[in-house]
Amino acid sequence: MTESVEEFRARAAAWVRDSLPPQEGGQGMIERRRKMNEEEELAEVQRHRDLQRTLWDGGFAGICFPAAYGGLGLAYEYQLAFNEVADGYQTPSLLQVPTMVPCGAVLLDFANEDILKRHIPAILRGDEIWMQFLSEPSGGSDVAGALTTAVRDGDEWVLNGSKIWTSGAWAADYGLCLARTNWDVPKHRGLTVFVVPMHAEGVELHRIEMTDGSREFCQEFLTDVRIPDTYRVGEVDDGWTVGTRWMFHERNAMGGGSPYVSGQRYSNVVIPEEGDKFVRLARQAGRLDDPRTRDLIGETRMLDLASEALTTRVSEGMLSGRLPDTYASITRLMHAVDAVRKASIAFEIAGAAAVASEPGERFDAGVSWLVRQQGAIGGGTTEMARNNISERVLGMPREYNPFSNVPFRDVPKGPPSA
Amino acid sequence: MDILVTEDQEFFREATGKFLEQECPLPQVRALYGDPTGFTAAYWKQGAELGWTSLLVAEELGGGTISGSAVADFMALVDLFGTHVAPGPLLATNLVAAAISRWGSDAQQADVIPGLLAGDTVAAWAEAGEVTAERAGDDLVLQGAKTPVEAGAQADVLLVTATLDGAAVQVLIDPTAAGVTVTALQSIDMTRRFAKVEFEGARVPASALVGGDDASEGIEWLRLLAATAQSVEATAAAQVAFDLTMEWMFDRYSFGRPLASYQALKHRCADMKLWLETSHGLSTSAARALEAGAADAAELVSAAKAFTGQYLAELVQDCIQMHGGIGLTWEHDLHLYQRRIVTDRQTYGAPGDHRQRLAAIREVV
Repeated sequence: MTESVEEFRARAAAWVRDSLPPQEGGQGMIERRRKMNEEEELAEVQRHRDLQRTLWDGGFAGICFPAAYGGLGLAYEYQLAFNEVADGYQTPSLLQVPTMVPCGAVLLDFANEDILKRHIPAILRGDEIWMQFLSEPSGGSDVAGALTTAVRDGDEWVLNGSKIWTSGAWAADYGLCLARTNWDVPKHRGLTVFVVPMHAEGVELHRIEMTDGSREFCQEFLTDVRIPDTYRVGEVDDGWTVGTRWMFHERNAMGGGSPYVSGQRYSNVVIPEEGDKFVRLARQAGRLDDPRTRDLIGETRMLDLASEALTTRVSEGMLSGRLPDTYASITRLMHAVDAVRKASIAFEIAGAAAVASEPGERFDAGVSWLVRQQGAIGGGTTEMARNNISERVLGMPREYNPFSNVPFRDVPKGPPSA
Repeated sequence: MDILVTEDQEFFREATGKFLEQECPLPQVRALYGDPTGFTAAYWKQGAELGWTSLLVAEELGGGTISGSAVADFMALVDLFGTHVAPGPLLATNLVAAAISRWGSDAQQADVIPGLLAGDTVAAWAEAGEVTAERAGDDLVLQGAKTPVEAGAQADVLLVTATLDGAAVQVLIDPTAAGVTVTALQSIDMTRRFAKVEFEGARVPASALVGGDDASEGIEWLRLLAATAQSVEATAAAQVAFDLTMEWMFDRYSFGRPLASYQALKHRCADMKLWLETSHGLSTSAARALEAGAADAAELVSAAKAFTGQYLAELVQDCIQMHGGIGLTWEHDLHLYQRRIVTDRQTYGAPGDHRQRLAAIREVV
């Protein structure tokens, strides 16, 4: 007897009410996070691990993950039902992207049985946080141009190079790493994917400070890091097959349509008794009766519902096979358009307090505006999304690439030296 | 629109689609431009026989849904009207048919519904504008003006929203009655016609009220239905304009390459695709919420109307830009869709009006 979505929703709602703490107020959240010392930061991560453990103990972890690896093996509708009833409650948001997806999702698609049996349940218990070792300092969008090298040595591989923009890597346990294993074939045909333990010898980590004061992003330097061949994901030199799915999962998560993400999907959170974020800002700025401000508030709500409706349409379409997976680029683009516009609107409504005020939501709007482009860069830039939509969805000609048949060794990696 | 669910709906759509292709291809739409009525009586009668006016009417009155979801059925039809930029007072007649079927008295139903179902008569919903009703004995006296009223000059019967004793009411009135002046207006749309309807002491018996002394809930539902229909129709029309443009991008060569090969243009096509898919998603969500009587229906409908109004108008202008000069000519078909898209945008609340509505809803969450 399978439990219906409605029965599941009712059971989940009761459990969430009894088991998860309610969401906290938004007053000065950014300020608060910025001032955290390392101990407080670690405590915050631990809090999310504990929330994940609570989900696991309650039987609500990994709703769409296969039962063989500790998940519930249910359809996306069940996850959506859970997300709905979890709205307004604290969920382990730090453990969703990139741990569950793309990392967990990529493992499900390509990893061997040993990796799956050992790591997926650990992820679902909150014991493991995963990272993407994908971007490199030499190029963000050109992911397949990875320079990090893996050389085989018996049953092991030796990795050297550098990875960057690994968000939260300082608190992570494992990384999924795209590395070059063959320089004598064209770019896409010489890549392989590995699991890299963060605490392996030769992994050195630096935190990067962003303009909003956040130090979530990291850069890693890999020096003679030895990885057993059993930690290889997919075939040797076939890493781009893995990479293509990897980026699909990433886009899908960025667009809010991944079945492996659990909890709140949208950013415009209504805090009980404090209401809509933009209404709060307008009230604090004394502009709630200004028609122009109200127009902007209306626009934010339009964008919320537009993103949600698009995500629903695209995820339903992809699940039923009516729309191809390439449509994930459309939701990814919408996520950025939505986030960028809302950051600008919050800034606009906040007024002078966005740049000069005591700590609070209005000043947060100013600080957030500094990193407004974050959502349009991380997870694949909007330029890449527009390329993907025009080329993969609309079938327009690919950009001219003179190097598609040139060994990667011979592809220019900078201006010609004088 | 994604809400097509049943084979019966598919069959209904196929029949109407075929009919519109045969009876009203684009040359016929163009030919109707100068026509004051904008459609022929025979065309409307045949449409009514296909079920165009029955979907929102109760079964016991001779109407009935195809799939069991009346709103979804109607939106599937509206979607085809957008695709074919079809003529005829579809929304006007159906709004009134739905109102009389839901809230009309037995006498009103007997009086109005059969003609609408048969396609012999046309109705119009006069909503935009201020009209007040005052009691004078057993009568109501109407004062004020409504504009623009879709099919106002073609209608055999008008349903007028008005204020009576501070409450919103609806009144059925014969447009030829004394004190009612109907003036045909110019219209941007090729075939959709509008009128100004003025009331100067027009008298109706109190029995002309539809839905009693406070019809505000019903009026709100009709507004949501109208706004949803326009979002659906504009999306369908924009889909055709976009498809035409994509064809052009591949066929048109410039500097030895198809337009489709230029990244500057590819990125704009990607944006258009985003706007279009989002419009499909939002109009579907709005229709589903309205059908289900969901608590967030008003929000979704306003979001859909605000989004489609803002972005599809931009989309069609961008389609014209991609075409270059030919896109601005009468000869090219793009303007047929452009006209329908902006007509849908500006009536029943422009995007700014719906953003204000959203803010008002948001204020109290």
